Amino acid sequence: MSTGASGFLERFEGVLGKLPGDSALRAAAAAAFRAAGLPGDSRGRRIEAWKYTSLRAVADATFQREAAPRHEAETILAGLPLLDAPRIVFVDGAWRDDLSAIPAAGFARFAQQPDFGTLTWPDREPMVALNTMLAEDGAVLDVPADHDGGVVQLVSIAASDADFHPRHSVRLGKGARLTLVEVSVGQGTYLLNTVAEIHVAEGATLTHIRLQDEAATAFHVSTAYADVEAGATYDSFTLNLGARLSRTEVHAQLTGKGGAAHLNAAQLLAGSQHADFTSVVGHTAPGCQSRQTVKNVLAGKSRGVFQGKIEVARQAQKTDGYQMNQALLLSPFAEVDSKPELEIFADDVKCSHGATVGELDAEQMFYLRSRGVPEAEARSILVRAFLAEALDAVADETIRARLEAAVEGWWERQAA
Amino acid sequence: MLEIRGLAASINEKPILKGIDLTVPAGEVHAIMGPNGSGKSTLGYVLSGREDYVVTGGTATFNGVDLLTMEPEQRAAAGLFLAFQAPIELPGVNNANFLRTALNAIRRAHGESELDAVQFLKLAKAETKRLAMPDDMLKRNVNVGFSGGEKKRNEVLQMALLRPRLAILDETDSGLDIDALKIVADGVNALRRPEFSALVITHHQRLLDYLVPNRVHVLLHGRIVRSGGPELAKELEKSGYAELIAEAA
Repeated sequence: MSTGASGFLERFEGVLGKLPGDSALRAAAAAAFRAAGLPGDSRGRRIEAWKYTSLRAVADATFQREAAPRHEAETILAGLPLLDAPRIVFVDGAWRDDLSAIPAAGFARFAQQPDFGTLTWPDREPMVALNTMLAEDGAVLDVPADHDGGVVQLVSIAASDADFHPRHSVRLGKGARLTLVEVSVGQGTYLLNTVAEIHVAEGATLTHIRLQDEAATAFHVSTAYADVEAGATYDSFTLNLGARLSRTEVHAQLTGKGGAAHLNAAQLLAGSQHADFTSVVGHTAPGCQSRQTVKNVLAGKSRGVFQGKIEVARQAQKTDGYQMNQALLLSPFAEVDSKPELEIFADDVKCSHGATVGELDAEQMFYLRSRGVPEAEARSILVRAFLAEALDAVADETIRARLEAAVEGWWERQAA
Repeated sequence: MLEIRGLAASINEKPILKGIDLTVPAGEVHAIMGPNGSGKSTLGYVLSGREDYVVTGGTATFNGVDLLTMEPEQRAAAGLFLAFQAPIELPGVNNANFLRTALNAIRRAHGESELDAVQFLKLAKAETKRLAMPDDMLKRNVNVGFSGGEKKRNEVLQMALLRPRLAILDETDSGLDIDALKIVADGVNALRRPEFSALVITHHQRLLDYLVPNRVHVLLHGRIVRSGGPELAKELEKSGYAELIAEAA
């Protein structure tokens, strides 16, 4: 069995025609993937967007396709800090009716409605091409106009040493509302390569919270494309805690007047973890607002990457764009790479970006310790304070509390 | 009892303390006075264990225990408290949580049970009331956006809650109006009992009108050059340090 890009391509040859949806589209994606290869693989092409993140380890890994689950999905699910709200559960990329509590309306499966959408770029993003080749299932969520979809949880559990390529689609009609909470966890050595297409129609609001707490040996790649229309809001927050290597990529297009996109994130890394948060915000309509605050807490030999691009088209006057990347280095061996980019063609805009990198403040540490707080606890208080600003972006208190609990769990794992 | 013998310390290889001898018996309040740069604040930092100060000689014991080998948090657990001259801001850290964490850390070190949020708030509110502090100071982030006077009162609040056995007040009176000064002095006076000692670092005799010391020491160029009773503070207020500086030269 081949590994790397050729392994995926060989498998694709075997399953083409058996997978749902447009075969021609899948074949075109395979051609794009064959040309590009896995980013960072010596056999692949060099891609600027993957400058700081290499998937060579993915290329070298062997993923079993037909492997029986080695771990109990039920046990993993029971340990999750889920909310009292509908949940859609995928285990090893396949929808599990028995574990789900689906929303009353508006839910379908990609396997039944295999629509690849209109926003994704398989020819530009190799991992999106890979997903387009091999996607079998996913969630299709539709919230009709002026309807409040409440909270919906989308859970991914990996229980086998395999690769999964979920394909999600989220559509909010005019004036609709939805809070989507995505949780991804698992056990073992696996690759989760998700693609999500998101449409937020005029005046609608999507709050998208993501908690990535994958196994320490896992690979997590997630690419989301969002189209935000006039007066609509896409408010997202991503908390990356797990995975050996993760890449969170968001493409948000503000296509109508007065739209808003908030792409906030926090990444807590230790050991040799690598997490990459890459975003592209396109302002193509006037009077839109984008906000990005990405915070990294890096311990051990971990590496955090932030690549943020704001593109302002000529007609997008009165654009208000803000981008901030902050990193707290808890070890001399940790590294952060920060690459902000502004590309502005309009002349009446307000765009700013900044980056800070630092260690814990010695005076603050001494102040806490002089009050009797032991060193390790003092460090954790200051790191939590650093993260508090990022988590404050999550308005819903119940959800924020769950994320705080996940952060606590991360701390306990580090202390153990 | 605090006993300091021949204490010498430097920062960035520059000697600041050059042999301090000082004994503060249990139950006594001693004042340390002296001009700027004489080493007053350094003494407070060295006793409480700030890492950037290097002890180059001498000893400091508190109730017979060697302070200088202990971590800052161990010194705090042993009963030491430093009220900072410039209290540190902790953005993102809630003041009530900070105070409770500190109090519980010290209670834990003493083998006492920790206080839950409700028990703690009851205690904290009683103290803020006594110190004439608005309740919202507990809800705010530690020292962030506090006025100079509020920061100093927050130090006194911490002291009141942590109930140290040796308090070092580093110019806690600076920047306070007369009412705030009385509140600070009352805060310390309320702690006075046979097993409590305090070292009050100050520029001005004013605080000592309300917080009457047993002894006054004058620090100059890293050494104690004169010691006396409370009257020494009044004397210095009149004559200044010029004469002492001339004597020392």
